[in-house]
Amino acid sequence: MVNFIIDGKKISAAEGTMILEAARANSISIPTLCAHETVSRSGACRLCVVEVKKGKRAKIVTSCLYPVEEGIIVETKNERVMNVRRLVLQLLMARCPESEVICELAKEIGIETQPRFIPDKDKGKCILCRSCVRVCEEIVGVSAIGFSCRGADKTIGPPFNEDSAVCIGCGACAYVCPTGHIQMEATEDTRKIWGRTFKMKKCDVCGRYFAPEDQLKYISKKTGVPLKELAICTNCR
Amino acid sequence: MKKISALDDLKKAGDKGWKSLFPGGVKILVGMATSGIASGAGEVYAALAAEIKKRKLPYVLAKTGSMGMDCIEPLVDIIEKDKPRLSYGKMTAGKVPDLIDQIIKGTIDKIKPVYRIDEENLIATRDKNHYTKGNVPEYLKEIPGINEVPFYKKQIKIATRNCGIIDPENMEEYIARGGYLALQKVLTSMTPESVIEDVIKSGLRGRGGGGFPAGVKWQSCRSAHGDIKYVICNGDEGDPGAYMDRSVMEGDPHSVIEGMIIGAYAIGAQEGYIYVRNEYPLAVTNLTKAISDARSRGLLGKNIFGTSFSFDIKISKGAGAFVCGESTALMASLEGKAGEPRAKYIHTVEHGLWDRPSNLNNVETWANVPVVISRGGKWFSEIGVPHSTGTKVFSLVGKINNIGLVEVPMGIPLKDIIYDIGGGIPGGRKFKAVQTGGPSGGCIPAKMMDLSVDFDALREAGSMMGSGGMIVMDEKTCMVDLARYFIEFLVSESCGKCTPCREGVRRMNDILHDICAGRGREGDVEILESMAKGIVDGSLCALGGSAPNPVLSTIKYFREEYDAHIKDKKCPAGVCRALIRYEITAKKCTGCGVCAKKCPTGCISGEKKKAHKINRKKCIKCGICMESCKFDAITVE
Amino acid sequence: MKKATTIEAKVKEIVKKHGRDKSSLIAVLQDIQEEYNYLPKEALLAVGEQMEVPSSRVYEVATFYNTFSLNPRGRYLVEVCAGTACHVQGSFNLMDRLKRDLEIECGETTKDNMFTLEEVRCLGCCSLAPVVRIGGNIHPYLTQDEIPRILRNYRKQG
Repeated sequence: MVNFIIDGKKISAAEGTMILEAARANSISIPTLCAHETVSRSGACRLCVVEVKKGKRAKIVTSCLYPVEEGIIVETKNERVMNVRRLVLQLLMARCPESEVICELAKEIGIETQPRFIPDKDKGKCILCRSCVRVCEEIVGVSAIGFSCRGADKTIGPPFNEDSAVCIGCGACAYVCPTGHIQMEATEDTRKIWGRTFKMKKCDVCGRYFAPEDQLKYISKKTGVPLKELAICTNCR
Repeated sequence: MKKISALDDLKKAGDKGWKSLFPGGVKILVGMATSGIASGAGEVYAALAAEIKKRKLPYVLAKTGSMGMDCIEPLVDIIEKDKPRLSYGKMTAGKVPDLIDQIIKGTIDKIKPVYRIDEENLIATRDKNHYTKGNVPEYLKEIPGINEVPFYKKQIKIATRNCGIIDPENMEEYIARGGYLALQKVLTSMTPESVIEDVIKSGLRGRGGGGFPAGVKWQSCRSAHGDIKYVICNGDEGDPGAYMDRSVMEGDPHSVIEGMIIGAYAIGAQEGYIYVRNEYPLAVTNLTKAISDARSRGLLGKNIFGTSFSFDIKISKGAGAFVCGESTALMASLEGKAGEPRAKYIHTVEHGLWDRPSNLNNVETWANVPVVISRGGKWFSEIGVPHSTGTKVFSLVGKINNIGLVEVPMGIPLKDIIYDIGGGIPGGRKFKAVQTGGPSGGCIPAKMMDLSVDFDALREAGSMMGSGGMIVMDEKTCMVDLARYFIEFLVSESCGKCTPCREGVRRMNDILHDICAGRGREGDVEILESMAKGIVDGSLCALGGSAPNPVLSTIKYFREEYDAHIKDKKCPAGVCRALIRYEITAKKCTGCGVCAKKCPTGCISGEKKKAHKINRKKCIKCGICMESCKFDAITVE
Repeated sequence: MKKATTIEAKVKEIVKKHGRDKSSLIAVLQDIQEEYNYLPKEALLAVGEQMEVPSSRVYEVATFYNTFSLNPRGRYLVEVCAGTACHVQGSFNLMDRLKRDLEIECGETTKDNMFTLEEVRCLGCCSLAPVVRIGGNIHPYLTQDEIPRILRNYRKQG
């Protein structure tokens, strides 16, 4: 066990625990946007920054990626930390003025928009947190979506901005998206995501449309389970 | 090719190299680094070859890199037995017949050499090479010796010891000047630990930007767990305005390779990578040849020097991304991915390339290593100042008379570089500031001229050493525009991974653009300062973490220029187009009509031999009229 | 259809030269660009297939780095150096002049496919500032004035 202090509170946690988890386990809340439990962490959004003091040195780190260390003193809400968090939220509000999630978060922490930033109109609600890209690669395993370009021009989507040939329409990306940028449109027998429409499969037992055909084909191929056995929805299995 | 496996083989190769360096008769050497070629060295070389052939002369014609004084290129050196080496600057193909005449006749009546070299130091072996044995012919005494030329007087060449002297494609010439002797010493008589100890003792700090002690880094990498380890050379010289690494890779590739082999031995690495900027094609060519030569002589590959140590190097070409100068981004790029940095809470010396212990140093650092070893850490540590030992190569460019690469001991006062070596500011204009450290650095104002140029003093002054770009600016440089320039650079070079850098730097850019365009608002400077703090603290990597430096340092030292732009809507340096206008002084205008002819929009008119006028509505403020006026009749306000 | 097969064959040759390891991706793309002057979409798809790298990752790398272009470039690449030394010597004026004379914006190609205008981050020729590189040749100490003549010469060479 490692012993350390967060916001004046003596805490111990197992070695390898990230500051974020250690804090949450002790009811100290740290806001995050890009740390999703299902995917690996990138430290991209920078909202979860905290200050870590080690001896005389104090530095700002992302709590989602910084493993606890013996004797460190962590501050999650001091002025230096709040200055970064304020900037990050103001920047994200300017990038995604329509994102309710970001506005709510800013309101909670008491941060107002910076009037000097002209709100973007072309970025939607995407904060480039990369959870969608990671879930598609790490969990689904198809890497249908990825980044293009860099810097302010960076966007996320299928390559060449065209329908992806490998997307299975599973919707995992939409599920992990923290701001609701990724839209999934569904009718009774179709699902549309990233511009491509997928045909849904009807459950052989109850007749309910429950999953994209492409997804079932993919699972069958990957697991070796015959497609027929997959044609029954989870409720009827 | 016979493998070099013992000291004796090395000596034999060196002897051959020495004969190639000094063949006995007349040798003509042309500086063919990128800057030389761009100045026309290729034409000069071709003309020399043709003239030698035409006159059937037994001369040896060879290529070399750059000695550093780029402002006098193309440079041609004449080496004759028992005569000082003569350097002719600003050569052209047209001057070649005269030059050959002079060599034949033993005169210097038509073209004067810029300087002569009577002897040169072989820094790696502590020997001296005497060209003249003290006898300078009478007719050459009027030519200054290289050590009397202010540009060279205060220089000590360690990293650039062979640049402009050897043919970079000739490995034996490198050996002749003491090359690979350090490697031989290391492999046959030193333990890895003692190599590291010596490098720590030398105080050598990384020349790429951060200035981390090289020996300490090697030590951590050596102690890191793992059987497979890598050494990497960062040749992705991305700082605009810096080109010392290009010069070394082009002019002396073996010095980098030797340094890396020594490092690999000390750390326990089996493989090495050199990551070179794609913009440097000649560096790639010369390094590729050097690696293949070293391999064919047994200095790379299995059982180097007949020992059990094996190591090899691969070259990887960058694809144009400033962020790849950051170690974790560079490693991502080597892995074939987009060059995005990752959080460095776990160091690359433990988990680097392919998650294995990796030691990265830049070109100049590696090039220093062989000399550190052959002369000893103690010797190296006595050059420079405590905590910043040895020398540093700077590219002295911008508004300065003597433009070029200079290698000076650390701790030299800034004014010595600007005034003595650089020869001051051209056109009698006032020196305003010098920018160091590239986009991560800052500006040092003229009033801080006495500043000691070392890692720590530069940082305290709000700038940094960076890779060694030194861009000199005069009163005609707008500091707000300069800050905007760097921020714009960083906007397009940000990888876009983390919010503060991707979003914050572009918002700073918007504000700076507004200020330069006359749309600045009161309070903008304070917003910039507050944003800067958040970006410095909050960014994921060093690129974002240092991005606001150019803005902070210009605000710190040139606040009044920001105020002039914001409050008075004026650009005191006459650069920001929205805030300036060109005027013709009627009294000075002779009506020659040159400006009117050159104006791309035809906005200048007037009768012949009478004062002309500018139609402001049509003027696009390109400044060509002012550039072309011979009578100083056009001014900018 | 014929074009696609030749591109595929070329990609195969290049992938073979560098090996199918993922770390060769950038080198493979560099060679493809050298061959075609840009990265054709078919080539990128072929690279993904042959190297077993998802298309999304190939596209990510191809769009991340400055040297890669997904659009065909002109016969001569006109690169205006935007290094600091060139900037303080007024390289922005050269860029503006080139834009006007070529009647294109930065990043575009002239109608006759002769020139593509781009900005480059320091060519390391700071001692010769300001410089513009055209078709691989560096033009040192360039002034706005010389631009029309230089462009004419390249046009003449065809």
